[in-house]
Amino acid sequence: MEIIGRYPRSRSATIPLLHLAQQQDGYVTDEAITHIGELVGSTSAEVLGTATFYEMFKFEPVGKYLINICGTMSCALMGGDDLMHHAEHTLGIKAGGTTADGLFTLEHAECQAACTEAPTLQVNYRYRFRVTNEMFDALLEDLRAGNLDGEIPPHGTVARVRQRIPADKAVGAVAPEDVTGAPVWMPVPQPAQGRPS
Amino acid sequence: MTATAITYPHTPGFYTGDRPEIVTSRFKYDDSYTLSRYLATDGYEGLKAALAKPAPAVHDEVKNATVLGRGGAGFPAGTKWGLTPPGVFPRYLVVNGDESEPGTYKDRLLMERDPHQLIEGCLIACYAAGLSQCFLYIRGEMALAQERVATALNEAYGAGYIGNNILGSNFSVDIVLHWGAGAYVVGEETALIESLEGNRGMPRLKPPFFPAAIGLYGKPTIVNNVETLANLPWLLRNGAGEYTKIGTETSPGTRMVAISGHVNRPGVFEIINGTTTFRDLIYGDEFCQGIRNGNELKAFVPGGGSAPWFVPDQLDLPFEGRLVGAAGSMLGSGAIMVMDSTTDIPAAALTLCRFYAHESCGKCAPCREGGTWLMRILERVVAGHGTSRDLDQLYSVGETICPGDFPHASSERLGLKAVPFPYKMTTICFVGPSAYAPVHSALTLFRDEFEARIVKRTFIPVSAIPVSAGVGE
Repeated sequence: MEIIGRYPRSRSATIPLLHLAQQQDGYVTDEAITHIGELVGSTSAEVLGTATFYEMFKFEPVGKYLINICGTMSCALMGGDDLMHHAEHTLGIKAGGTTADGLFTLEHAECQAACTEAPTLQVNYRYRFRVTNEMFDALLEDLRAGNLDGEIPPHGTVARVRQRIPADKAVGAVAPEDVTGAPVWMPVPQPAQGRPS
Repeated sequence: MTATAITYPHTPGFYTGDRPEIVTSRFKYDDSYTLSRYLATDGYEGLKAALAKPAPAVHDEVKNATVLGRGGAGFPAGTKWGLTPPGVFPRYLVVNGDESEPGTYKDRLLMERDPHQLIEGCLIACYAAGLSQCFLYIRGEMALAQERVATALNEAYGAGYIGNNILGSNFSVDIVLHWGAGAYVVGEETALIESLEGNRGMPRLKPPFFPAAIGLYGKPTIVNNVETLANLPWLLRNGAGEYTKIGTETSPGTRMVAISGHVNRPGVFEIINGTTTFRDLIYGDEFCQGIRNGNELKAFVPGGGSAPWFVPDQLDLPFEGRLVGAAGSMLGSGAIMVMDSTTDIPAAALTLCRFYAHESCGKCAPCREGGTWLMRILERVVAGHGTSRDLDQLYSVGETICPGDFPHASSERLGLKAVPFPYKMTTICFVGPSAYAPVHSALTLFRDEFEARIVKRTFIPVSAIPVSAGVGE
C-alpha cells in the first residue's frame, strides 16, 4: 500500500492504518488488527498493544457522532462541568455511554487546544466554541436532522483530505540502511576516516 | 502602544494589534491557507533565499538569530540542529504538532491558518541541517489542521516546492504527513518518535538526552515544534539581524501566547518576546482587558498546565524565560490561565492534576502511581472527606516524584521566598512533575483554602463520652 511505502519501516504505518480501519468500520475490529499486523509485519498483539494506548481508537461500536466535552482547566473554569451535566441529562446517558438509537456517544475529553473559547466540545473532532446549554440542544437537533452532514462526517473519518505524493515528485522513504553519506546538497565535511558508521 | 486590536471572524480567539507579526502575518486573509495567497505574500521566498546559500550558512543564520524552541523547553533551534553527530546519516526531521498542553493553542492555529509557512519552515530546516526525510506529526484530534496541511502539501508537491530537486536545485526531500491518535505524552520528543515507529507512545530512557544523537530508527533526529519552524521563513527572508532587533537579547523574536480563563477577552496574541509583562497581558487594552466582572486576580498559570502558579505578586515580571524561571515557574508552551477571586483553588488544582494522572503513560512508577495518588487524595479533600494528614501526604507523594525543593513563586502575603526552576525528578519525562506542579503551587500558596475543606475531627477517648446523659450524676 502507498501509505506503508512512505515510511522507512512499515511498522510506522500502524497508526495511520488503524485510522483507516476505523474509518471503514466505525471502530477497530479484531479482523482489522490481524490484517494490519500482516501488512506492517507485526503480530496482532503488537498492533493491539499500540492501538490501545491511544484514546481515539475504539474497539466496540460507538455512536455515529462522538461528542467530546472538554473538562480540563480553562474549560472547567468557564463551566465545562455544567455543560457535561447538561449533556448527560439531555442525552440520558453518562459520559462514556451511547444512546439507544446509536446516534450519540458522549465522552469526557482532555484539553482540546481551544482554551480561550471555553467551554468547548468536539463532534467527531470538529470544534464547537463557547458552548451554552441552548447551543448544545440546537447542535443535537441539527445532527439528528442531518443538517451538518456536509461538515461532520460519521465517526471514524477524521481528515477528509489525504496527502497524495505524486510518483514523479516523490523522493521515497529514506531508510537508514540505504544511506551512507551526507545528502548531496550538503558540502562535504571533514573526512569521516576511522569513524565507525 | 495603541489600544486597537483587530479580530478576524475566521479565526475566533485570535487578536492582532500594532505589533510585529512574524508568524501570524497572513491570519488577516480568509484564504490564508491557500498556495495562491501564500505566494502573493512572500511565500516560499525564504526557501529561495536559503537555497541560494550553502547549507551551513543557513544553519549559522538560524544559530545567530537564537530562535528559541517554542515547544516548552525553550532550547535554541540552531544549537539543537548542531547536536547531530558529524558524519552520521541519514538524519530525520520530526515536526511536533501534537499540541495538547492544557491552556495552549498556537500550533493548531498555525497549521489551520498558515500551513504553507510551516511547510516552508520544514524545508529550510531540512536543507540547513542535512535532514533526508521529514515527518509532520499532527495531533489526531485536529481534523481541520490535518485537512489544511494535507491540502497544502498536495499543492506544494504539485508546484515543485517539495519532493525531488526542489526549485531546480539538488535539494530533495519528502514531507510525510503523519497523524496521532490522542495521547498527551506523545508531545514529549522521544515518545513522539516511539509513536512514529508504530509503538505505544512512551518516552525513551535517557541518556541520550536528545534524539539528535539517537532518534527515529536509531538515527539522528531533530524534533522541532510547529511554531519554531514557522519562524524560519521570515527569518530567512529578513535575516538574523532583523530578527534579533525584536524582543530581547536572550529571547529574540515574537511568541504566540494563549490567555484563557477569567479574563474579559481571552485570546491568542503574537507578542514581542521578553518585554511584555503579565500585567500588560492580563490587564492591557490590546490584550485581555482585565478580569471578568471587575473581579480581583487570584492566581495565574504562566506557561501551560505543567507550570507552577503565580500570584498577583508576579504580575510585573516580563514574559521572559530566565526571569520567570528565577521567579519559580516556567514559560513552557506560552499559555496563561487566569483564575479570579471566585475560583475554588483546590478544585482547580484537581482538574489539572487529574489531567496529568490520566495522561501518564505508565512507564515510570513515581508518575503512574504518584500522579494517581495525588489525584485521589485531592479528590477526597475537595469532596470534604479529607483528614488533616492528607495535606502533608500530598507533599510526601510529590517528594517521590520530585525530591528536594519544588519551585514556587514568592508571596508577600505569606512571607514566602521564591524557589527557582528547575526541579529534580525521578521520572523520564515531565508528565510526573507536571501532575505535582499545580498541587504543590495551590497547596503552598493557598493552604488556608485546603484547610477549610478539612473536617476537624478531635480525638475524644471513648471512656469520656457519656453513654447516656444523667447516668452517674
